[in-house]
Amino acid sequence: MKKKSVYLDYNATTPLHPRVKEEMIAGFELYANPSSLHEPARRARNQIERVRQLVASFLDASPEEIIFTGGGSESNNTVLKMLSCPGCTVDCMWREGQEIITTAIEHPSVINTVQYLQSIGRTVHVLPVDRYGTVDMDAFRAVLSERTGLVSVMLANNEIGTIEDVKSIAALAHERGALVHTDAVQAIGRIPVSVKNLDVDYLSFSGHKFYGPKGVGVLYGRLTKPFCTFIHGGHQEQGRRAGTTNTLGIIGLGKALELVREEMGETMARVRVLRDKLKEGITRLVPDVKLNGHPADCLPNTLNVSFTGAEGEAILLYLDLEGIAVSTGSACSSGSLEPSHVLLATGVGPELAHGSIRFSLGRETTDEEIDYVLAVVPGVIERVRKMSTVYSRSCT
Amino acid sequence: MSDFDWVYTEKVKDHFINPRNVMEDEGAFAPDGRGVVGNIKCGDQMLMAIKVKDDTITDCKWKTYGCASAIASTSMLSEMVKGMSLEKAYSIKPPDIVKELGALPEHKIHCSVLGDRALRAAIEDYYTKSGQEDKILREKAVVVCQCMNVTDKDIERAVRDGAHTFEELQYRTKISTVCGQCRGKAEELLHEYVHLFGD
Repeated sequence: MKKKSVYLDYNATTPLHPRVKEEMIAGFELYANPSSLHEPARRARNQIERVRQLVASFLDASPEEIIFTGGGSESNNTVLKMLSCPGCTVDCMWREGQEIITTAIEHPSVINTVQYLQSIGRTVHVLPVDRYGTVDMDAFRAVLSERTGLVSVMLANNEIGTIEDVKSIAALAHERGALVHTDAVQAIGRIPVSVKNLDVDYLSFSGHKFYGPKGVGVLYGRLTKPFCTFIHGGHQEQGRRAGTTNTLGIIGLGKALELVREEMGETMARVRVLRDKLKEGITRLVPDVKLNGHPADCLPNTLNVSFTGAEGEAILLYLDLEGIAVSTGSACSSGSLEPSHVLLATGVGPELAHGSIRFSLGRETTDEEIDYVLAVVPGVIERVRKMSTVYSRSCT
Repeated sequence: MSDFDWVYTEKVKDHFINPRNVMEDEGAFAPDGRGVVGNIKCGDQMLMAIKVKDDTITDCKWKTYGCASAIASTSMLSEMVKGMSLEKAYSIKPPDIVKELGALPEHKIHCSVLGDRALRAAIEDYYTKSGQEDKILREKAVVVCQCMNVTDKDIERAVRDGAHTFEELQYRTKISTVCGQCRGKAEELLHEYVHLFGD
């Protein structure tokens, strides 16, 4: 079998769409500082404002509600750290005694930020999830109160693909007067996202998960809701985010979002078929596997599988030798001794969490590639299991 | 392929791709001594089995639930000990394995700890079965960390080898990395041994 190069790590990041690349190459000419007054600056500024309108219309928001940031982590930090603000303006989010509610399966840029908030004395409630990774609504109702300041729940999980019912969460939170944030980094480009429909007050996303460039992201902030600046400095983004505007990144993000509008329906329909083929193939060809994530409410491109008795980093590196790029929830890949917090939260034991592999597909994934992966994976798993102290099949 | 293409050295990679002496059928191997250490919770467990003749290891086979470094370092170790006297094999330490492999990424060195510990357990198993318990050095050792089976003698050895802080001790022995209940006792012993043997 001829070795191929198969990239199945689209949830980590995506390659630039060729048309995004073209647009960005042209964008290199727009070197002027968009905050300046002269003609070259106005040309750059026009492009930025064009993208701002495009992002707004994509999200069902208005352009003044769109802030360009350095990425998803910055957008998440900006929202969450409004709760550590000691009172910057009359609009400041922080009120004495306010609490934060989030979930056990958030991205590290949320989890570690709320841990920081906890360390400076804020009260944080972390919601458990069920075996599919869906947020426990009863637990949410139990901790939701007049004291709740902010609720932050991701729209779709990066590791297992489970889609959360952010709309219902927002409705409940708003009844109590709480603000609602959603980390939509994995959702944009994979499922439809509308701030009107979700009724959230803040939403974060990043350019590089949908074939745009890295280092640029968006924070949606509802006009009528509080906003505390995270990066202080110049007056860029109406004083809400200082730093010379990333013209090139914004142009790339805009083009990528335009292409999401054109191509998402077709791409995701095709990707879903391939993902389902991969899922069916692995469960048929490899014994003793466990599928992680929600069977229906799941991103169409994500497949997370635990292989009993096989350690994830070893699987990942053997697949890598065959040209297949995936990721794992094993502790060994993270440099800590703890395996994936997401899988542990779904109740998967440490062994299955260490033995988990995430396949995430994208627009360039082909049927031929899935055939190749299905030809390689069973042999790799068998090989790792043969060496394993904890895997012995009674029938062999 | 350049070093940048692989996080491990060529030798580690070679042992990972072609692991030596993996035990496929323990019944057929019929070991004279076997030892299992590690904990699946931490993501790695190791089994080592030896055949012995005239106080020399004539064959060695192993199995692991572990990462690439654990696979490579144990494969390396299994080659090292063939033909080696039990006495010498009994004193092998992780740095000896890492030295043979060339290098391991910094955060992966703890992965090679399990191999030598499983080997010692296998040798002790052999000593016990052959009525040579007197040769077991750790006979009087007291287990401090139940999860990782680390004894007071292991802590002493780690301190003698240069561990002076709790982090350094964990790095060498993996002590208190699972449930953490032994941390107080471990720190007490560390303090004591650093006082005795530290410079």
